[in-house]
Amino acid sequence: MEATTLQCLYKPKDYASDQEVKWCPGCGDYAIINAVQKAFSELNLKKEDVAIISGIGCSSRFPYYMDTYGFHTIHGRPAAVATGVKLANPELSVWMISGDGDSLAIGGNHFIHAIRRNINYNLILFNNEIYGLTKGQYSPTSERGKITKSSPFGTVESPFSVGELALGAQGQFYARVPDTDVKLMAQVMVEAEKHQGLSLVEVLQNCVIFNDKTHAAITAKENKANNQLILEHGKPMLFGENNSKGLRLNGLELEVVTVGENGITTADILVHDASTKSNVLHNMLIQMKLPEFPIAMGVIRNADAPVFDQGFTAQIQQQKASSKYNSLDDLFMSGNTFTINT
Amino acid sequence: MLLRHVCWQLPPFGRAGVGLIMKTTLESVVIKFAGDSGDGMQLAGTLFTDTTAVMGNAIATFPDFPSEIRAPQGTVAGVSGFQVHFGTSGVHSPGDAPDVLVAMNPAALKANLHNLKPACIILVDVDSFGKKDIEKAGFETNPLEDNTLLDYKVIEGPITSLTKTALADLGLDNKSADRCKNMFTLGMVFWLFSEPLEQTIAFFEQKFKKNPIKGEANIIALKAGYNYALTIEAIKSSFTVLPAKKQAGTYRNITGNQATAWGFLAAAKKAGKPLFLGSYPITPATDIMHELTKHKWAGAKVFQAEDEIAGICSSIGAAFAGNVAITTTSGPGMALKTEAIGLAIMTELPIVIVNVQRGGPSTGLPTKTEQSDLMQAIWGRNGESPIVVISASTPADCFDWAFEATRIALEHMTPVILLTESYLGNGAEPWKIKSLNELPDIKPLTLETKDASWRPYNRDDEKLARKWVIPGTPEMQHRIGGLEKDECSGCVSHNPQNHEIMVNIRKQKVARVANFIPEQRYKGKDAKKLLVVGWGGQFGILFGAVNELQKEGKDIAFTHFNYINPLPKNTAEIFSKFDKILVCELNDGQFANYLRAVLPQFKYEQYNKIQGLPFTVKELKNKFTQLLEEK
Ligand SMILES: Cc1ncc(C[n+]2csc(CCOP(=O)(O)OP(=O)(O)O)c2C)c(N)n1
Ligand code: SF4
Ligand SMILES: [Mg+2]
Repeated sequence: MEATTLQCLYKPKDYASDQEVKWCPGCGDYAIINAVQKAFSELNLKKEDVAIISGIGCSSRFPYYMDTYGFHTIHGRPAAVATGVKLANPELSVWMISGDGDSLAIGGNHFIHAIRRNINYNLILFNNEIYGLTKGQYSPTSERGKITKSSPFGTVESPFSVGELALGAQGQFYARVPDTDVKLMAQVMVEAEKHQGLSLVEVLQNCVIFNDKTHAAITAKENKANNQLILEHGKPMLFGENNSKGLRLNGLELEVVTVGENGITTADILVHDASTKSNVLHNMLIQMKLPEFPIAMGVIRNADAPVFDQGFTAQIQQQKASSKYNSLDDLFMSGNTFTINT
Repeated sequence: MLLRHVCWQLPPFGRAGVGLIMKTTLESVVIKFAGDSGDGMQLAGTLFTDTTAVMGNAIATFPDFPSEIRAPQGTVAGVSGFQVHFGTSGVHSPGDAPDVLVAMNPAALKANLHNLKPACIILVDVDSFGKKDIEKAGFETNPLEDNTLLDYKVIEGPITSLTKTALADLGLDNKSADRCKNMFTLGMVFWLFSEPLEQTIAFFEQKFKKNPIKGEANIIALKAGYNYALTIEAIKSSFTVLPAKKQAGTYRNITGNQATAWGFLAAAKKAGKPLFLGSYPITPATDIMHELTKHKWAGAKVFQAEDEIAGICSSIGAAFAGNVAITTTSGPGMALKTEAIGLAIMTELPIVIVNVQRGGPSTGLPTKTEQSDLMQAIWGRNGESPIVVISASTPADCFDWAFEATRIALEHMTPVILLTESYLGNGAEPWKIKSLNELPDIKPLTLETKDASWRPYNRDDEKLARKWVIPGTPEMQHRIGGLEKDECSGCVSHNPQNHEIMVNIRKQKVARVANFIPEQRYKGKDAKKLLVVGWGGQFGILFGAVNELQKEGKDIAFTHFNYINPLPKNTAEIFSKFDKILVCELNDGQFANYLRAVLPQFKYEQYNKIQGLPFTVKELKNKFTQLLEEK
């Protein structure tokens, strides 16, 4: 159903709770919550049918600010809690909110298994490349050499690439969005909800206090055109001022080319197919780094695969239909029993 | 002594089938089946138990196996045992020491030599007593030829070779034929106790429907063993154990883990909500998950999580979303669940956490029994985090305690820890089958329609329980979480006074469960001198030991706790009647120390055993007698 043709149940702001929002002024989290509310409104979600499950971190305060069902759980474990919620009631629209520390450090195990199982909920990862709530330690996504409170001489470890990790875990839906683009964020979240299976949305989020401008080279207004490639399924991979640049395949490598130079036309430019089974090109798009390449944004992968909670529920239905027992009493009395009379 | 000649003519089987041999009637018998872990002793023991149970005997079993699936063959470390105690009366436990030992190899003999009843009957497979086997087991000379077994009645049978001969016509490979020697042995034991074979035969016919040759092989071996025993008149008389005088009703044999699983199925049904289990495999708790996952037909949702943390967290999520949520584990897994249990306490969600205890700390003794996770259950979390703790006492009553744990969780909106033990989980006994009709309804504290005055942490006056408002309920959206909440609004609060109030409410809420449980009972109304106190799975043995001394007219009483936190309200009143209180448990004194903390006005003596093994009636009686004789 197209949301636009319907009378919306709620305006975006109707999804806000009565709680005062306590993120630092200027924190990227504000834009994300706006985008989520916008997406909910477009999706016409009934407030009572939404469960938002978070871990611990600045980002994980999110559920308190939404007038839906919400559960602020413990550090690293929201993926497991959300799994229980979804299996217990598959009818709910389940959204998991988590940070880069929450999902990729302490909760790494649950994160990869939720993706591998392809359970049908949306996982919004607030990636500020730092531990915000504990006041500024490096995280599993902090770049090598990063100076933080817990790495005064720079880190000597390499970061995870969220998208590669997700695809390595058999991820079927992965999107990357900057916290500066509410419209794109909302669009992507609508896509995420529509996708059947686990939908991972990585938001490049700015922490003004402990890691300010960490994504600025990508997200700043003046860099947007040249440094972001906003992917759309079925559309050519064009970017730059006036969409003058594009991507093509050169052998097994991606290459940035300029349309109109050296005889290149739009026909030479790769067309994005988010839904192909093979994730090879998706991985290449995820791996693109500045300055040689723009950063891929939007829905990078959106493919179909068996959905865990659907299989889980179907198996129960099938067993119910074919069981030799009609009741627990049947079960208790089955097999070897013996009767004593006195 | 050895008759190598075998007569293959099949006589009629069954209790009445044996003609000339003298029959002796016994009150109760303990048999231990012991062999290499690949010898199929667990199956032989289980099948024997099933038959005796169906014949109406009282039974109690104790499987005892190595933690390695295939420990080095022929060594004492690799010995797998299954002890079954069956009888007409006096069967309160699997028994201290066997009257009959089946030893499939020298290692099995070695492992059990220190613990046999005088004049024990020992049945051995002489084929496995080669020089190497004897050395591997750690004997210097052949125990069958030296004086080692002088005090016992030994039945030697070339079991391996006779099994192969019996199966020669089936054209099985060597290994498959060899595998059937446990059934040959079982056949011999059946003859000894005049037990019928029908039950076992039916089992194999059913089990190997698709591979009838295998089924046939087992059945032939079984019959051959039976006939062999008959032919050699293994012991001059065979024995009969009469059926126990049990309450009228229909029974089945059940293990503690199976009973636990079924108790949860019944509880969910009675609560009118789907059952959800989030769990990660760990010995000796896994069988609960194995059992429940068979019952998807009954709506059971069984989720094998990526670890124990995810196991409990998924259960907490399922509880939030309105399912009857449980998680099952053992000690190390319990340690991992600790933080999440705190979350369930803070959010006041109904979940049941089952710990089938094993020997610890760390990986400890995975396959051995212990009661050493009691303190962990009661107090093992950060912050002031009271929780309801209850325990089961026999394999069959695991059903009732799983049911009761669920009732308390749902009717008081609280997590509940249910402690069982390896000894209970793997042990079996007859269970008088309950029908759903005779079980009480469980009434979850759900609120299903809009109530404008409601706040998430509003509570009732009696239980201090909050309401369960399940996502999907219109106009009742709310947020919960691990942060402290305001007593009234349920919003996050860092107010100092509010925190103290909430800590106190959570404490009172657990304490008030005592108003909704039965009073503690004890056995020995006229006694004054010694009160024996037990908890958990050692019930049968403690009861048996006290019972024997009471019959001798000793001044002794017994009380056994299933409700640990809170304790039943009349506990102090019972304690005050006795000169001495002796707390017996399989740990270094955890329940005794707990009692010292909550009822400090009494003096507690301790009897502890920390060997990964249950108590024996004998050692308990010695201890009790010593205390009774001291001034
Ligand atoms: C078990 C546990 N360990 C550590 C912490 C402390 N802690 C809270 S949030 C956090 C990191 C948060 O970082 P991230 O997930 O990136 O969230 P952000 O605050 O950046 O949004 C840590 C280490 C905790 N609450 N619980
Ligand atoms: S510390 Fe950083 S992430 Fe946390 S609220 Fe402030 S700006 Fe946002
Ligand atoms: Mg972070």
